[in-house]
Amino acid sequence: MLIGLLLVLGLIVLYIWSVYNNLIALKVRVKEAWSQIDVQLNRRADLIPNLVKTVKSYAKHEKELFENVTKARSSLLSAATPVEKAKAEGELQKVLKSLFAVAENYPQLRASETYLQLQKELSDTEDKVSFARQFYNQIVSDFNAKIQMFPQMIIAQQMKLTPAEFFKTVEESRKKVTVDL
Amino acid sequence: MSIYEHIQGNKIKTVFIMVFFTLFTTMLAYLLGKSLGYGTSWVGIALVFTGVTSIASYYYSDKIVLSISGAREADRSKDFDLYTVTENIAIAAGLPKPKVYLIDDSAPNAFATGRDPFHAVVCVTTGLVKKLNRRELEGVISHEISHIANFDIRLMAIVTVLVGMIALLSDWFTRSLWWKRDTDRERISAAVMIISLILVFISPLIATLIQLAVSRRREFLADASGALLTRNPQSLASALDKISKDREVLEAATNATAHLYIINPFKEKKFSAWFASLFNTHPPIEERIRILKEM
Repeated sequence: MLIGLLLVLGLIVLYIWSVYNNLIALKVRVKEAWSQIDVQLNRRADLIPNLVKTVKSYAKHEKELFENVTKARSSLLSAATPVEKAKAEGELQKVLKSLFAVAENYPQLRASETYLQLQKELSDTEDKVSFARQFYNQIVSDFNAKIQMFPQMIIAQQMKLTPAEFFKTVEESRKKVTVDL
Repeated sequence: MSIYEHIQGNKIKTVFIMVFFTLFTTMLAYLLGKSLGYGTSWVGIALVFTGVTSIASYYYSDKIVLSISGAREADRSKDFDLYTVTENIAIAAGLPKPKVYLIDDSAPNAFATGRDPFHAVVCVTTGLVKKLNRRELEGVISHEISHIANFDIRLMAIVTVLVGMIALLSDWFTRSLWWKRDTDRERISAAVMIISLILVFISPLIATLIQLAVSRRREFLADASGALLTRNPQSLASALDKISKDREVLEAATNATAHLYIINPFKEKKFSAWFASLFNTHPPIEERIRILKEM
């Protein structure tokens, strides 16, 4: 009788132990996936001063545009949470689009080697951001599902784990609003 | 079957195949040694030989395959699209970036090799880079990176080296039979002779069939998980379409490395229907494209 009870108790402890480790590992993975997005966003931010400088040397009068780009860049760098970052990222993408549109009016700029190189690097970084986001969101949905499922959720609650935020693009969050209406 | 079961299955298969091949090769070596009248020391040498090759094949498979194919490492600025696309898909898969290699050949094709995701190589031909656009390249690379993530590469690379070894052994035997003097031959018992002759003829066949069996269904799975990485099955479908319509034959591919490539490098080699399907390293490309388009 006592041995049976101890055995059951032992099994329960073993179960809690493995769930605990599993959840911790997942939490670390969420953090790692997030830092990958951060790396790519910073990479993009690093490319922007060069881009502005190159475009400026051909298109001097577009002062307001350059200011907007710089502003969007610094707000992206200062954003902390995934939701803030996503918003700042969307803004930056918008102003960059108009920067590239303006650049189209300057044939010399369009033909310049540095500009072409920067354009290539930027569109590659955009791909990197979107793939990193895709991976992050996948990990987050795994994590969120795990901590809300019975019976792990009891342990997750004791560990004070809360669902992680998704990293959504601006368009995606907008879409969601229209669905809610 | 889920991806995780597939990965688990691959790992078990790898161990199984290594054990099976080692036993098979030892038996082969024993019978060959007997029939040639070399005795047990010959078998001992064969054992050491297979053991060392098995272990070496595990650690050096990527280097062996790359050197057979004559590949060079890709450069970020010179091969910008190829290099960055590989980086990007690795990010999507949450894996470290594999090494990227190029084969200088105008026939478009690609393969992945290595022993695990941390020691992996993606190799493409210069023709592939030239003929596909960036999105299509993404499709092909996502297929290859799925092979890495699914641990297909380990299994494939080991099979490649081991199959090559058996081919070598039986080749060796056939040659030495040719050069044996008649007086030697009389001393060999007829039964052993017959068994080993049968073995010599069927062993390359067995080896080839194993190679084929492990290679076919995997391709569908790599297509599907690749599409999951790019979220764009159309790009791989159009890449496969372009590659299959290309009439050039890849010169760098040999029988030993054919099953590694994204599509069969020998293009159309027509046998009668069932026989051909038995020997296909890859499922029919039309079927793969159809499935991708339905995703």
